[in-house]
Amino acid sequence: MTATRRVAVLKGGSSLERAVSLRSGAQVEDALEGLGHAVTGIDVGGDLVERLVELRPDAAFIALHGSQGEDGTVQSLMEALGLPYTGSGPAACVRGTDKVLAKQLMREAGIPTPDFQALRQAAIRDLGAGAALPTIERRLGFPMVVKPARGGSALGVKFASRSSELPGAMVGAFSYDGTILLERHIAGRDLAVSVLGAGAGNGEDRERPRALPIVEAVPREEGFYDYESRYGIGMTTFVCPAELPAEITERAQQLAVEVYELLGCHGFARIDLMVDHDTAELWVLETNVVPGMTETSLLPQAADAAGIPFDELVARMLESAFTR
Amino acid sequence: MERTGTPGGRGPRATAHELARYESLFAARTRGMKSSAMREMMALTERPDVISLAGGLPDTSTFPHELFERLMAEVSTQTARALQYGPTEGMAATAACIAEVMAAEGTAIDPGEVIVTTGGQQVIDLVCKTLIDPGDVIVAEAPTYPGAVPSFSAYEAEVEQIEMDADGMPIDALEETLDRLAAQGRRPKFIYTIPNFQNPGGVTMSLPRRRRLVEVARERELLVLEDNPYGLLRYEGEPLPTLYSLDAAAVGREGASDLVIYLGTFSKILSPGLRLGWAVAPRPVLEKLNLCKQGADLCSSPVTQMFVGAYFAEQGAWLHHVERLRDLYRARRDVMFEALEQHFGDSATWTRPEGGLFIWATLDERIDTTDLLALARGSEGVAFVPGRAAYMDGRSGASSMRLNFAGIPEPEIREGIRRIGRAISAQVGLLGLLGSPATSAAAGAPKGGSEGRAQGEPLADVVALPRREPGGQGRRRKDR
Repeated sequence: MTATRRVAVLKGGSSLERAVSLRSGAQVEDALEGLGHAVTGIDVGGDLVERLVELRPDAAFIALHGSQGEDGTVQSLMEALGLPYTGSGPAACVRGTDKVLAKQLMREAGIPTPDFQALRQAAIRDLGAGAALPTIERRLGFPMVVKPARGGSALGVKFASRSSELPGAMVGAFSYDGTILLERHIAGRDLAVSVLGAGAGNGEDRERPRALPIVEAVPREEGFYDYESRYGIGMTTFVCPAELPAEITERAQQLAVEVYELLGCHGFARIDLMVDHDTAELWVLETNVVPGMTETSLLPQAADAAGIPFDELVARMLESAFTR
Repeated sequence: MERTGTPGGRGPRATAHELARYESLFAARTRGMKSSAMREMMALTERPDVISLAGGLPDTSTFPHELFERLMAEVSTQTARALQYGPTEGMAATAACIAEVMAAEGTAIDPGEVIVTTGGQQVIDLVCKTLIDPGDVIVAEAPTYPGAVPSFSAYEAEVEQIEMDADGMPIDALEETLDRLAAQGRRPKFIYTIPNFQNPGGVTMSLPRRRRLVEVARERELLVLEDNPYGLLRYEGEPLPTLYSLDAAAVGREGASDLVIYLGTFSKILSPGLRLGWAVAPRPVLEKLNLCKQGADLCSSPVTQMFVGAYFAEQGAWLHHVERLRDLYRARRDVMFEALEQHFGDSATWTRPEGGLFIWATLDERIDTTDLLALARGSEGVAFVPGRAAYMDGRSGASSMRLNFAGIPEPEIREGIRRIGRAISAQVGLLGLLGSPATSAAAGAPKGGSEGRAQGEPLADVVALPRREPGGQGRRRKDR
């Protein structure tokens, strides 16, 4: 039995992921209350610091997705206020949330990630970077995935199957971030590996982070690769544990833990990978440092498959605030 | 407090395992109900610092406070009745008011063939509930009313959308679709149309097409759902007869269409907060609608029905109010036209509605207005409805947007359009830098059929109607 703590659950905010964050926050609040903690939900806005100063909670549970919750902004603020908070610290958040930076780090560390090219809007405006597109196209080939460097939702993620589709896709992605990345498309299966940090509570001390069973996202409809509808509720079935050969499962879990350690994550994270249909090669796409905690989110599904009920998962996540 | 979990915050939490159990309980139709990232983003635009041209709102601030107070006092003289259940088909006095509204549009009805509903939206739901089995076909316009999309999805309808032009749904294209369906042994359960100042397209179905649509419906024995929320909000031009009245004339019985289900509402001429709409339908359909409504909500609110009754008892008051709304909205529409000329200029085309609440603007085909909304909302503080919301596949219409000119004051309309214009300029500029010169919105591939050479432009290409000559036809805007 853990001690009763006063916990502020940070959720909502004004990012594009506000709605999912509110759902995550509500689920987390219920769990924390069920665990006997004194919980206050805070819809993050201009009065955040004021409210935290007034509340003086024992810890902040960050259920805030999107820009401020995942890019280290709120985490830095918690450090400034001397408030324990769940999950990764500011540096890991920056590394994990910026897909370009994360991919560069993975490439340097020899972790397989699909070939890519980052492009800044400023470089296109000021340096004529648009003229480099033909070269980039030849290297990455089509189809290509175009995505904003930051942002966790499917918004702005587009598939370009030929050269003429690229400018529109890029302008779309630039609507969300000043930096975008063009990435070689991997035709394969979508995997998500959630990782819980070392020694994450409940006496189950471990020296290394632990990968949970893999979740596979299986689209209901094949055909045109439309990210938004693909990740819309009801368009995708999740299978957990994913039905994969044992060696692929093991390798994917091992890669996820390597990425977790490489980025310096703390407490928990979710790493998304692809397994190539033809070659069975594994490719790491991105890391999510504040994974969704809604009814259908992947981390709770994976934990459940590992025999960790939602409440216990939330309890472990909360403990990450005190083990930094 | 926002929660989607257990109300009150207690009780068991759903683990993934439990959710899998629920998953098997959910009706198959819920799979078609999508909660898209786009819709979630649109929810974010409801912030005070965002100028929203996204709503479907009329301006309710125009209704005199004193009148409201007096009418409610009138209702309170019959408190017990107002607080009681009412008849499922609606109160007789309400049906009489409805007959008066429809007469003002030149449509005679038998008040006995009216069912009062909880908003016009309920008519769409009840008609689907009455007619649609999973997989049944509905024919609708493209773009179609975004609010109908979830209803159609919920009943697992397959929707065939017919691309409109400046004169509404081209009936030859409709007939082609019907022929194609017939060749597959399929017959649509109904044709859904908003003939006046279509939402979101802003176009109006021409009289020849109305006549032809009724003929086609009669030839093929097809039901038509005529959704007419804005018919009385005409700011210029001559009113056109409703499909209902044309069909009734064809039947030869005054006030009794046998293939058109008419949908009306008090939302746009009085108040959406009353939640009162109605359907006028052929008797057998009406009886089924009534049964379905019993299951849905037993009856619509007697309180608001009695409010309407009291309102209509004030001689000429409702027509006077509609007249004021027309003046207000006409001026706002014209302000939006001016602002569009000034701030969208050559980078867009837009429709020129003669009434209603909405303008439909179409940009360079490479601009996705869902992304543009993210940019405009974040950097400019302005919102609109991305065109994709008006298409069942959630993909078409990606370069268009719906703009509401009725719900907000003129200075905000100007500022809102200026902000969107700035976001468009940024994107067009970037496209230019990426090596492909900007093309005008009119360069999109023409879609859909056309009849009559003068009316043949699909809506996506329709024209800078602002530039058409008076009395002239829609014309494609020239590339620069």
